[in-house]
Formats: sequence, C-alpha cells, structure tokens
Amino acid sequence: MLHISPEEIVETLVMVQQQHLDIRTVTLGISIGDCGADTSDEMARRLYEKVTRAARELVPVCEAIEREYGIPIRNKRISVSPVAVVAGRCASDDLAPVAAAMDRAAEASGVDFIGGFSALVHKGVGAGDDALIRSIPEALATTQRVCSSVNVASTRAGINMDAVARMAHTVKATAELTAAADSIGCAKLVVFANMVEDNPFMAGAVHGSGEADVVVNVGISGPGVVRAVIAAMPDDADLTAVAEAIKATSFKITRAGELVAREAARRLGVAMGIVDLSLAPTPAEGDSVADILEAMGVERCGAPGTTTALALLNDAVKKGGAMGTSSIGGLSGAFIPVSEDAGMVRAVECGALNLEKLEAMTAVCSVGLDMIALPGDTPAETIAGIISDACAIGVINNKTTAARLIPAVGKKAGDHVSWGGLLGAAPVMDVSSWSSARLIRRGGRMPAPLGSLRN
Amino acid sequence: MNTRAILSVLGADRVGIVAAISAALAEKGVNIEDIRQSIISGIFSMTMLVTVDEGTHPFEEVQARLAEVAEEIGMQITLQREDVFRFMHRV
Repeated sequence: MLHISPEEIVETLVMVQQQHLDIRTVTLGISIGDCGADTSDEMARRLYEKVTRAARELVPVCEAIEREYGIPIRNKRISVSPVAVVAGRCASDDLAPVAAAMDRAAEASGVDFIGGFSALVHKGVGAGDDALIRSIPEALATTQRVCSSVNVASTRAGINMDAVARMAHTVKATAELTAAADSIGCAKLVVFANMVEDNPFMAGAVHGSGEADVVVNVGISGPGVVRAVIAAMPDDADLTAVAEAIKATSFKITRAGELVAREAARRLGVAMGIVDLSLAPTPAEGDSVADILEAMGVERCGAPGTTTALALLNDAVKKGGAMGTSSIGGLSGAFIPVSEDAGMVRAVECGALNLEKLEAMTAVCSVGLDMIALPGDTPAETIAGIISDACAIGVINNKTTAARLIPAVGKKAGDHVSWGGLLGAAPVMDVSSWSSARLIRRGGRMPAPLGSLRN
Repeated sequence: MNTRAILSVLGADRVGIVAAISAALAEKGVNIEDIRQSIISGIFSMTMLVTVDEGTHPFEEVQARLAEVAEEIGMQITLQREDVFRFMHRV
C-alpha cells in the first residue's frame, strides 16, 4: 500500500527538478597518517596509493545512488589528514611534490577537489607546518584540484597573529603566482578560526586526527528549496511562521542527506561520518542564500535587517536539521560566499552589500568572508587585518569563521573577475584605505578569551 | 532482492499511458502494488508503488526501459527507491 501521498511525491520531484535540491557534496575523508616518509617524494607516492585505493569506488557508488534515489549529488570529493602533520617527518621543506600527488590522485579518482593541504598553527608553527605554508603558493599555482587551509586561531588558544600575518603574505604570493587566471589560487585557500575536522566542503575540508581511517561526510544543499517555501508564504506571515517553514524544509533536506550518507557509507564499506547542515549556494540563478534573505523581506541583501534574517535562517536550518540526523557535523551554518551566489553578486554590484556588512553577517553564520575579490594592490597588512577580524568573531563567539580572500592582481574596486564553474565570478570589492599595519606588525598572540575557560 | 520503489508519471493526457507503462513493468518482472492516478486540467498524473526484483532485472535496467517508454509516449517517468520519500516525509 502507498504510504506516501502523491502530493509528497510531487513535492520531492519539484524540489529536485525546479528548486535545485541536491546533495552538494559526498566527501570521502581519508587518513594519511600512515603515509609519512623521510622524503616528500616517498610521502607523495604513499599518499597517491592510499587515496586512489580508498576512493576507487567513490564516484561509481555516488552515481548509482543518484540514479536510484533521484537526488543529484553535485560533487564527489576527497579530504585527507592535514598534510603538515604527516610532513613533520620529511627532511625536505618543499611539499609541492605532495600537492602534485594529491592532484593526480584526485584526477584518477574522478573528483574535482581534494582538501587537506593544511596546517593547524593556532598556537605555534612546527617544522611540518612551516614547510607546508611555505609550499602553498606554488602548490596552488601548479595544481588544479588541491585545496589548502590553515587554522590560525581557536577559542582555546586565541589568535596567532604572527600566523595571520604570514597567511596574509601567503595569500598575496598565491595571487601573484596565479595572476594570469584572476588569482584563482586564492579561491582554493582558506584561513580558519576554530577549524572543524569533519568539514566536507571545500576549500576547508580536512580529515581530522580523531576520525576513523576512512569516513563518508555529506554536505547538504537546497537554498532554492528554502527560498521557494518562503516565497510561497503570504507577505504578512510573521517571522515565527517563517522560521517554522524553514525548519520543516530543512528537516526534509537533511533527511535526504542522511539517507545518502548512510547508503554511501554502506556501499563503500566505510564509516558514516557526518551530515553538514550548511545551505551552500551555487552561481546558478535561484540557488542563492541572498535570494532567501530577500524573500524574507530585505529589499537587497546587505540592507539593514540582513543580519537578523540570516541569523533566523541559520538557526532554523539547524533546528530542522537536528531532527533529521543524529550526526550533525562540519560547519553546519549558512554559507555566504560572494562569487558563488548570484544574489550576493547582484547585491555587491548595486552597492547594497559591502565588506563590513559581510563581516557582521559572519557573526551569525559560518565562513562569512568567503570568495571575496579584493583590489590587487591591497596591502598584506590590510588582508591580515580582515583575516584577524574574522578570527576574532570566531574566537570570542566560540564558532568557526574563515576568510577566503582573493586580492586579484591588476584589478581595482569595481572591476570583475571570473573563475568559472562553481567558483563563479564577482565584482572586486572596495576595501578600507585606513591602515592596519601598526597593529599587525606587533605580532604575538591575542590571548584566549575568558569564555574559553570552561573546565 | 525485492526493492520497493515509487514510479511517478507526469504529462499531457493521451490514450495508452497506463498500458504502455504496465506492459514495460511486466516485461521487467516489476510488480505493481498500488496505483493512484488523476487528471487535472488535462495533465495526467500517476504514482505507483512497485516492487523491483533486482535479482532478475537490476534497478538500472528497469529505469532504462522506462526511459524508452517515456520517450515513446512523451511523458516524464521517474523511478526512485521508496526510502527517499519515507526519509524525507516521515519522522
């Protein structure tokens, strides 16, 4: 007997076919803890073998699940343990061969991105971390699929301001080395506070040390579905009703993610990791978080009230999602990348949305300063100031924040850059011309806040 | 292995839709357990609960046959495992 009503069946079909419901990513997390070696070439060889062996069935399994369940899985990806941790044993301080092996392994496995060219330096920089950070510009300039992330702050440790400054220079160097492609290298480099160890989304995906050897993590999506639900509500529906509608929708989206995660883990014979409840936009029209905020009632994303709308959205998504899975993890907060969200791009172009408003929005979602193109001549100290501001919000509020900034070489505010595909295109945003240099040059560590003393 | 699945059909009404689809299902050993069907403003809508015997005809093979039928009769036909609806619409 049919226990599902025809209306519910049609609702699911409409979600997929008209409102862009999909699973944004199935990310296979792979430990490379056993790939350490005395040379980077040997480490690269071991890494390639481990990754390609573990991920051999990833794409075929995901494609079968897509077909059988009728829910598209947009991206299949891989994350590995932070390379810096494993690289500590290497005598060489050039880890570019390891990045090249990651790139080849990703290509051989049929995935578009591989994350984990990463280091955690929120308290200090070890030998492996130093080599990794030094290798980032070349690694990102000479590979297609490798993503890099560096954690420079945590609520328990405070902000490593020396690492912030170093990462600002690394961002600039990466921009220079990839200048011919609108500094695309920086689109694959994210600087974190409170990095999580089970994030399935790029560019920040890594496989943490507390994880099983191989796990499946799933990132849901569905901004288009949420927008459609809100747009269908009467104009005078109050915000409690709006929150309720978002919760109900989030539950359904999360259940699709939970089903895919369970099934992918079962078929791959590995542990199921987490379901990340982040609403992740794409450049496709209608698949936008900014559009949701505008459907809620701000004329343009960035108008006063935007932070309120985003806070409500973020919270309601979690509340609905929490009923849908017992394995919440990753970032689990709405993403507001500029270039990857057509509504955000529109809001920047018409002057409604600026860098300062994005920083405020960061306080109520995750990864707020994301995919932001800056003028190519933005000083490194200014970039460091922007990164440390994002970190301060994360550290004080005990949450993940991040910055993915692209100082596009040769571009000035108002110009356009385009990276294509999921990375999208964006206007170059205006940056404050007031200097942060004296603060940044002080270096040292911003101590952990009082709120970190929880024991 | 028997797999429960939902078949949904949508498109302009015409003669022979149910006949074409049920013939293809029978050919692939698929059992129909329940059918709901309606026509609203000339749009034909049908949902079926079916059981696919994957031991003799894999899910993919049944989907491929239905894609041919969809092409022949000009309808949108989707076959999905039932779990996806149960997961999304039931606590």
